[in-house]
Amino acid sequence: MSETSDDRAGSSRRSLYWFLRGIATAFSVPGLILSSAFIGFGGLAKESGISLLQAVFMVGTVWALPANVVLIGNIVAGASLPAAAFAVALSSVRLMPMVVALVPEMRTAKTRSWVLYLLSHCVAVTSWVLAMERFKRVPQDMRTVFYGGLGWTLVVVNMGVVAVVYAVADELPPAVAAALFLITPIYFLLSLWGSARERASHVAMVVGIALGPLLHLVVPGFDLLIAGLVGGGIAYLFHRKQQARATA
Amino acid sequence: MTFQSIDSWWWPFLFILVGGWLATDTWRFLGVYFGGRISDESDALVLVRCVATALVASVIGNLVVFPSGELANTSLILRLVAMASGFAAFLGLGRHVVLGIAVAIGVLEVGIFLGF
Repeated sequence: MSETSDDRAGSSRRSLYWFLRGIATAFSVPGLILSSAFIGFGGLAKESGISLLQAVFMVGTVWALPANVVLIGNIVAGASLPAAAFAVALSSVRLMPMVVALVPEMRTAKTRSWVLYLLSHCVAVTSWVLAMERFKRVPQDMRTVFYGGLGWTLVVVNMGVVAVVYAVADELPPAVAAALFLITPIYFLLSLWGSARERASHVAMVVGIALGPLLHLVVPGFDLLIAGLVGGGIAYLFHRKQQARATA
Repeated sequence: MTFQSIDSWWWPFLFILVGGWLATDTWRFLGVYFGGRISDESDALVLVRCVATALVASVIGNLVVFPSGELANTSLILRLVAMASGFAAFLGLGRHVVLGIAVAIGVLEVGIFLGF
């Protein structure tokens, strides 16, 4: 055997190792929390008259949980397709900066861009927080492989979770169902707070969490967008002021 | 053009594709595109990150104040107290996400049991 084919076998073994490590990471505590949130989502979808196949399709194509919840809300409200798409798009603007932050962490000179586009579909709060946290321990050239294992496992497992919920959801006691619906917001709150890069993100969270429901009463439909722009703007001004103080 | 308006098997799936998939993956794909062009240290990225964070936070607020499913049958006060307790436990006891969630759920269940 020549040296190059030896190298190739070694590097594919290494890729397989990190791919499996990514899959294993999907079965960590944050992964389990996400699955319980998807149990709650499955209950909501079933209650809303969405079919099993449609719900599983939704999880696979939309993936981000808040976007799925917004989509179901619009379906139930009888919103038109453009209105629903607009609302979902507004609730998902955050995915862009999340991906922008993730891409430089896992790209190397050799990474093909279609790989990044394929991986970006898995970006949502859980896989993003997990990746940003675990990448430190993954070699730079293995991070796309690792994230592929992690992200796509989360997607596929939770498609299965929602399918199982459809089979048993009628038997969920009300106290359990209520708890499952609270898991999403409390989990998002804590993981987002913990993964904040700068103090300004905390300001953005405090303003956004209060403004969202208030604006929902005043300007339903545009509540998220306005809360995001106002909260983000205030937080950014805070950041600038903090920096000015640091350099002064 | 609502989800229910066209009575055929494919319409709901098209609705989900355009209203859900296109509306989310467009942002992700734009993120890949810009990811190679924005410096991670740039001030513009801080602004984008702040707006994104405030957006998610407002989703969290709405999920608690205007909940769906079985959670809608609990009182607003109970939900707020449960969230605040979970958050306080998270901040006060070493930033353990699981612990914070357990406290929030525990408070919610006690509240439901006591009829709040």
